[in-house]
Amino acid sequence: MQNLPQKVSPFNFHANRGFSERNRLATLETLRHTVPTSTINVAHELAIDIGGMPILVRTDSREFAGLLKDRYGTFVIPNAKDAIFALDVELVPPGLVSEVEDVCVRVDSRHWVMERGDFRAELDPERCQGWVRQTANPYSIDSVLRILHSLILAREGGFLVHAASAVRNGRAFLFAGVSGAGKTTLSRLAPPDVALLTDEISYVRRQESGYEAFGTPFAGELARIGENLRAPVTALYFLAQGPENRIEPVGNADAARALLQNILFFAKDAELVRLVFQSAFDFANRVPAYRLVFTPDARVWELLV
Amino acid sequence: MSAIYIARSREIAARNLGGEMMIMSPRNSTLCNLNGVGTLIWEAADGQTPLEEIVAGRVCAEFDVEPAQALKDAESFAWELAELGILLLSDQPIASVPPHSYG
Repeated sequence: MQNLPQKVSPFNFHANRGFSERNRLATLETLRHTVPTSTINVAHELAIDIGGMPILVRTDSREFAGLLKDRYGTFVIPNAKDAIFALDVELVPPGLVSEVEDVCVRVDSRHWVMERGDFRAELDPERCQGWVRQTANPYSIDSVLRILHSLILAREGGFLVHAASAVRNGRAFLFAGVSGAGKTTLSRLAPPDVALLTDEISYVRRQESGYEAFGTPFAGELARIGENLRAPVTALYFLAQGPENRIEPVGNADAARALLQNILFFAKDAELVRLVFQSAFDFANRVPAYRLVFTPDARVWELLV
Repeated sequence: MSAIYIARSREIAARNLGGEMMIMSPRNSTLCNLNGVGTLIWEAADGQTPLEEIVAGRVCAEFDVEPAQALKDAESFAWELAELGILLLSDQPIASVPPHSYG
């Protein structure tokens, strides 16, 4: 458009992936499957409490229950009566469980279906229960738990986000960024007075007074589950590695935009997407955001007090 | 050439930030940032006003632009948004368009 002044240049618009690119979204077809009643013998059960939302996992395999207990460590709680959701896990022999290669999540008001090559799960959100078919590895149930928590959180104003998080002096900080941005590096550099909630996936819940971050067992390259504790979020940092350590403020709109690009969300559902979209803006309005440029040495933590 | 009518989709999440729309499509999680011109067209996409009329009455009135080129660009823009599920296109007026009060 030749006569158009530069400042209003045209109808160009910038489009990019909103939620994390690692999430492959599915086409929502009409789902009318019935969540089946489990036919397996669920002799072993344990409650995995992430974000104050315990999920009861039942299995007929003592070995698998033991595997989960080791995997989730301090996130396994002895009392399952407060569980908000129950999953019956059916273990199948090694091999493809689903022909869907990438994560695929379909939701409607009565059914949540999630699958990938190594698992398939069908959940009934009204009855708060469902089943998972998978091989005996902890990674499949880990993915199911992430998706399930993201769906539950969306409805209550929270979200999972690609971010490391840590607590210092009773305050939580989020460090958002894609792979390679420095989440694990920053986590490794944390001094002893810092409690790491995660180096990969942060768990954020809306509370009356603001937002709280919770520890998660979802680890990145650090390969260590987070501390199982919670604290009010007082700052969100977007990570960038550079030649020096410095902090720059980020405006609300830019913060919301960048946050949306780091939020994990799997389902293609207009209402849930709207809720998460709204949550990102609400979070950006309530929590100050900054760009944290850092060079990989421990002095960066001197800025984070 | 028949008229093109455009309407904002109901299946989106949107927010106006300082005069520029940020729109997310649930279809594929695409996040679109519209500039001032795009936002103007988006807000005028009531399903009842032909795109040509929007360009002539709104875009050309507010921006220094050649009408024929503006219409051509606007059509291209509308098709791109339609492919993302953000805008609806029709050769007939479109009913039931949500308001553009996106905070």
